[in-house]
This record gives sequence, structure tokens and C-alpha cells, in this order.
Amino acid sequence: MFHSSAAKSIRWTVLATICLALPVLAATLKADPSKSKVTATFKQLNVPVEARFGKFDAQISYDPAKPETSKATVNIDVTSFDLGDPDYNKEVLKKEWFNAAQFPKASFVSSQIKPSAGGKLDVTGKLTIKGKTSDVHFPLSVKKDGASEIFEGTLPIKRLTYNIGEGEWKDTSMVADEVLIKFRIAAAAP
Amino acid sequence: MRSTNDRYTLPAIALHWLIALLIIATFLLGLTMTDIPGLTPAKLKYFSWHKWMGVTVLGLACLRLLWRLTHKAPRYPVDMPTWQQRTAHLVHALLYVLIFAVPLSGYFFSLAAGVPVVYLGVVPLPVFIAPDPQLKVLLRETHYALNMVLLGAVCLHVLAALKHLVIDRDRLFQRMLP
Repeated sequence: MFHSSAAKSIRWTVLATICLALPVLAATLKADPSKSKVTATFKQLNVPVEARFGKFDAQISYDPAKPETSKATVNIDVTSFDLGDPDYNKEVLKKEWFNAAQFPKASFVSSQIKPSAGGKLDVTGKLTIKGKTSDVHFPLSVKKDGASEIFEGTLPIKRLTYNIGEGEWKDTSMVADEVLIKFRIAAAAP
Repeated sequence: MRSTNDRYTLPAIALHWLIALLIIATFLLGLTMTDIPGLTPAKLKYFSWHKWMGVTVLGLACLRLLWRLTHKAPRYPVDMPTWQQRTAHLVHALLYVLIFAVPLSGYFFSLAAGVPVVYLGVVPLPVFIAPDPQLKVLLRETHYALNMVLLGAVCLHVLAALKHLVIDRDRLFQRMLP
């Protein structure tokens, strides 16, 4: 066996490593795009249609022991919006919809995250789409899956708040104002 | 010239003309809406209307088949050549198949495209399949091809009916008039 002073020094090394590693573990997690999904479901003439954002990145700093210190930033590439039809995908990048030429990114930045009932988190933050920023508020569930944390939630927004659908598209009897953003983000330490 | 006094029953006549008018309107709307470039509110509206009309045809087709299975159609005039009777039978059978196949192919095309059908914007209809880009292309082509077959069959049907009205004058045409 080890000499006692050697054992002591090893113990200290281990402890120091853990102390140093802990903040790293609680630090920024990066989304794995292949296991994550961000969609928007809108209703046109009452028909629910789900479209997917193919490209986005998320940085989440999350400490299960201190969830209130968590922070999240999500950037979404609006040009990756996929309605399942190449022609329509091109249409929604135009000025009256996303105006992707001027505003290629949508973003979410959390301002406050606090624990709420049922092990969920209560998230408040700023959502920016098409250059318009608005405060949003939604429940977030977190569960562990192997090395990743899975963050899941649904955020209802009003498209007209962000000027999505201008001109004749303002008519909410054609395309409803309410849009549900659903996300499932699998994030792990990089 | 021998004529037949047998008439179709009133429900059969009503269903025939209702389905005929709806098919013509749905067909023309289908051509119109797919011709509109880009994305406009009118285009989305027409797509929805087209689907509602197609679903209505499908519903009426079910009623019509039930009626046909429980009621005999009047016989062909006895002096109508056998080949004509056989051909008429064949085209009628084809039309029966198509009034189901055309709306069903459109319905499944819509589902494969990830757009469920909400009848009249009120009643969500069942979603049998998940969105599938490959199946979507296949079903779009199937829907189009079946419509072209339908166009051909309807043309034959109308020409034959007019022949009975104008050339044969055997009052066969009048059996389907209200």
C-alpha cells in the first residue's frame, strides 16, 4: 500500500480535481443537433401544420443542484425552416414572412430560470424573431439521458408580435396568430 | 326503335348529378390551384376547398355504392349490341373505382405531405400515415395519373350518353334525368 503522505497527496489531488471539475460539469452544455428538435406548429384554416428548424445551436449552463443559476441561449437559423416542400420553404424566407435576408437568425436568451412544481423549471427570457424582441415565459422539463440532459418544452407565441406574415397574411382566419414552438434539446458537456 | 321505360331511382339520380358536378368543380379547382405560383392566401384557401370537396365526393361515393349494391340499375335496351353493353359496364365499373380512388389518393397525398385534412375547417379527419417525402411524391403522381384516367373515362361516358341521346334516341339518356 501507499505511504501515508503519498496517499494523502493523492486524496488532495482527487479532491482538487473534483472541485475544479464540478464547475466545468455545471458549465455550458452544447446541444447535439442530431438528437435535438425544434419545430413550429401553426394552423392554416384550422389545419395544424408542423415545420422543423433544421439548424440551430443552444448553449445551456445548467446545474441540477442550483437550477436558478442556469442560463440558456438558443440561436435558430430561420433559413433552415422546413415545411416539407422546397417551394414553400423559399416562400417563407421572403420579406412578408421571416425576411431571412435581413434577419437570418432568431434567438432566445433566458433572463430568469427558477424551479417550479413537479421538478420543472420556469423560464423567462427574450425571444427575438425578425428583429422584434418580446418577453416570453414557459415551463421547461429536464431529464437525464446518459451523458446528456434533455430539455423539453412548448412555447406558445403570437406570430404577429414578430411581424411574421405581413400584408394580406395578417389575416388570422387564414393563418392563426398562435404558433406553438416545441423543442427537445439534448445537450451535453462538449 | 325499342326504348326502355325503366328509370333510375331518385336517390341514384340525385347522387349521380351531385357527384358529377362536384367532380368537375374539384377537378377544375385542382388544376387552377396548382397553377398559382408561390404562396398566396387564395392558393391555401383553394387547397382546403379542394380537399373538402374531394372528401364530400368520397362520402357521396360510399352512399352511392351502398345504394347501387342494394338496388338494381335499369337494364340496357335489348337491341344495344353486346360489345357496347360490355364496354358500358366496364366504364361504369371504372368510374365507380375512380370516385373512390381519386379522393383517397389525394387524401393520402395530403397526409404524406404532413397536412392533415380538417373537413370544412371544423372536423379533423383521421391521420393514417406520418409525413413521408418519398411517398408524397409517389402519391402526387398517383393522384394526377388517376385524374387523367378519370378525365378519359368521363369523356367516354359523356360521349356515349350523348350518342344514346342524339343518335340512338333510345331514351337511355333520359333514365338519368331528374
